[in-house]
Amino acid sequence: MSTAKTLFDKVWDAHVVRHVEDGPDVLFIDRHFIHEVTSPVAFLGLEGRQVPVMFSGRTFATADHNTPTLNQHLPVADPLSANQLAALERNATKYGISHWGLGHIKNGIVHVVGPENGITLPGMTIVCGDSHTSTHGAFGAIAFGIGTSEVEMVLATQCIMQPKPKKMRITVNGTLGKAVLPKDVILYIISQISASGATGYFVEYAGNVFEDMSMEGRMTVCNMSIEMGARGGMIAPDQTTLDYLKGRELAPKGEQWDKLVPYWESLKTDEGATFDVDLTYDAADIEPQITYGTNPGLGTGVTHQIPVAGTVKDGAASYKKSLQYMGFAENESMVGKPIDFVFLGSCTNGRIEDFRAFASIVKGRKKADNVTAWLVPGSHIVEAQIKEEGILDILTEAGFQLRQPGCSACLAMNEDKIPAGKYAVSTSNRNFEGRQGPGARTLLASPLVAAAAAVTGVVTDPREFI
Amino acid sequence: MAYDKFTVLRSTAVPMPIENVDTDQIIPARFLKATERKGFGDNLFRDWRYNNDDTPKADFVLNNPIYSDEGSPRKILVGGKNFGSGSSREHAAWAIYDYGFRCVVSSFFADIFKNNCLNIGILPVTISPEFADKIFAAIDADPNTELEVNLPEQTITLLATGESESFNINGYKKHNLTNGYDDIDYLLSMKNEIESFAETRPF
Repeated sequence: MSTAKTLFDKVWDAHVVRHVEDGPDVLFIDRHFIHEVTSPVAFLGLEGRQVPVMFSGRTFATADHNTPTLNQHLPVADPLSANQLAALERNATKYGISHWGLGHIKNGIVHVVGPENGITLPGMTIVCGDSHTSTHGAFGAIAFGIGTSEVEMVLATQCIMQPKPKKMRITVNGTLGKAVLPKDVILYIISQISASGATGYFVEYAGNVFEDMSMEGRMTVCNMSIEMGARGGMIAPDQTTLDYLKGRELAPKGEQWDKLVPYWESLKTDEGATFDVDLTYDAADIEPQITYGTNPGLGTGVTHQIPVAGTVKDGAASYKKSLQYMGFAENESMVGKPIDFVFLGSCTNGRIEDFRAFASIVKGRKKADNVTAWLVPGSHIVEAQIKEEGILDILTEAGFQLRQPGCSACLAMNEDKIPAGKYAVSTSNRNFEGRQGPGARTLLASPLVAAAAAVTGVVTDPREFI
Repeated sequence: MAYDKFTVLRSTAVPMPIENVDTDQIIPARFLKATERKGFGDNLFRDWRYNNDDTPKADFVLNNPIYSDEGSPRKILVGGKNFGSGSSREHAAWAIYDYGFRCVVSSFFADIFKNNCLNIGILPVTISPEFADKIFAAIDADPNTELEVNLPEQTITLLATGESESFNINGYKKHNLTNGYDDIDYLLSMKNEIESFAETRPF
């Protein structure tokens, strides 16, 4: 038998504390992120068992899912939300866990602040009670979302119990076309394999398209691995990864850094290692994308028409229900469809490169009168960069305002809800029914497609502006 | 926390032959503001179940009187392909449990949802698409048809016809469910082993 290992095997196998006979592996967790929504019941469970947190230094708390994006200096108006934020602070303080709460200079979306502060490192196992934890796979970590019972498990024992998933490799080679961003690459892949096409698998992304991407682009790709059902996705660490991490506040320094570099450089799939599924796509086939349905697999090139039932993987009845919810019909063109809202932000596209891309199109233009735009940075660090780089001036000149960091309209837990029946072009990750507010209709897209829609008021091909 | 033991469950079922039922439908985000695990069943499938003015939607399956048994909630939910996709919120499993279901049947589950069910004592049963079609047809013909889910034997049976299929579950999880144990009980028993392992980590 070949001893060649995949990147995923190398990281997984290094964390197996015990293999349970006819059962899962006991997997050690290096880093655990928690937030206000999925952690309170886990802490109640600890109290019920009278068990302490085993390694409080391995858990990091930030408030993001249920925080306002305006007037963060004022008390949180909704008493239930305020209660949840207070519970997070109380629990973090009680157990000695690092807490970047609302108003803290490091506060922001968990999957933005982890990497930008150097908490996320190659070769780690990382979990959080949030399915978009897959974001951290961009660094060559095994990172995935867990439920609240597992949050309690990690707090109590620093381990979870999981069967080892199957392995899938998705390779994209070639040259990306004009105005095609990492978001378009992942939306294209999901449209090809469907919203459940990678369920049961852990994905490795390979090929020159991912090798040439920035860390922020890789995070956008890995972030949406869950939207095709994969537990997570990962990309082998390389010089781009190390250059991004070096000097970050909580990243290893000096001798410790030097000792880790050879290990990190060994984290790549060996020649001859095999995958259960191996898929390859050509970069030249990828256009700027947009979704038209109610799951992330229902997307297409922005200049395309809405497909007819039978040509997509979803069953005809579900597909019809989806288009009915969206108020769309088969064969309609996406370009030219009127929109009401634009949302730039989320753990998928709330980083500085996303704001730079958005600004590149709105610069010197004006926001369309019929569009309400919510621009929400992923963290205070991103917010500061937006100001320092002069992007805020460009946005303001074009008629846009900047809000404060948080998950915001991506899941619409706070006040940022798209009204019923309205269309939103969103850079977030889910277009489910009601995801952005009861009755809201979401079109997922890249920051460039969102910017083009924001200045025209209709779905527009961003290549017209570049 | 420990949960009820699961051995053999015999119940009528609620059919939901819809693909890609995501956890945002099972429990919308605006109902995730609680800091305790209770009352989520009231908002199970909230936006499919109720109009904006909180009146029930007559055409939704949970509001259809032919799928309700007087006095006791049905314990088996039969869903379409890719049930439980999307958000990792365990609140979705809590809402299903709190409403009264103890078993969810589908030809295909999303991974995190499936784990969440197992961790709170709901049995997710994966069956073939063909058997799923048979179950939907049987409930369609007789809304009061009964299913039997036998965990020790790992079988699911349509009692009216005796048609049966076996399902997979690993021995460890089966042992936990039949005894009401959870993973934390197991992991706490290997505390020293975990602490020694932690010493070897480079970060």
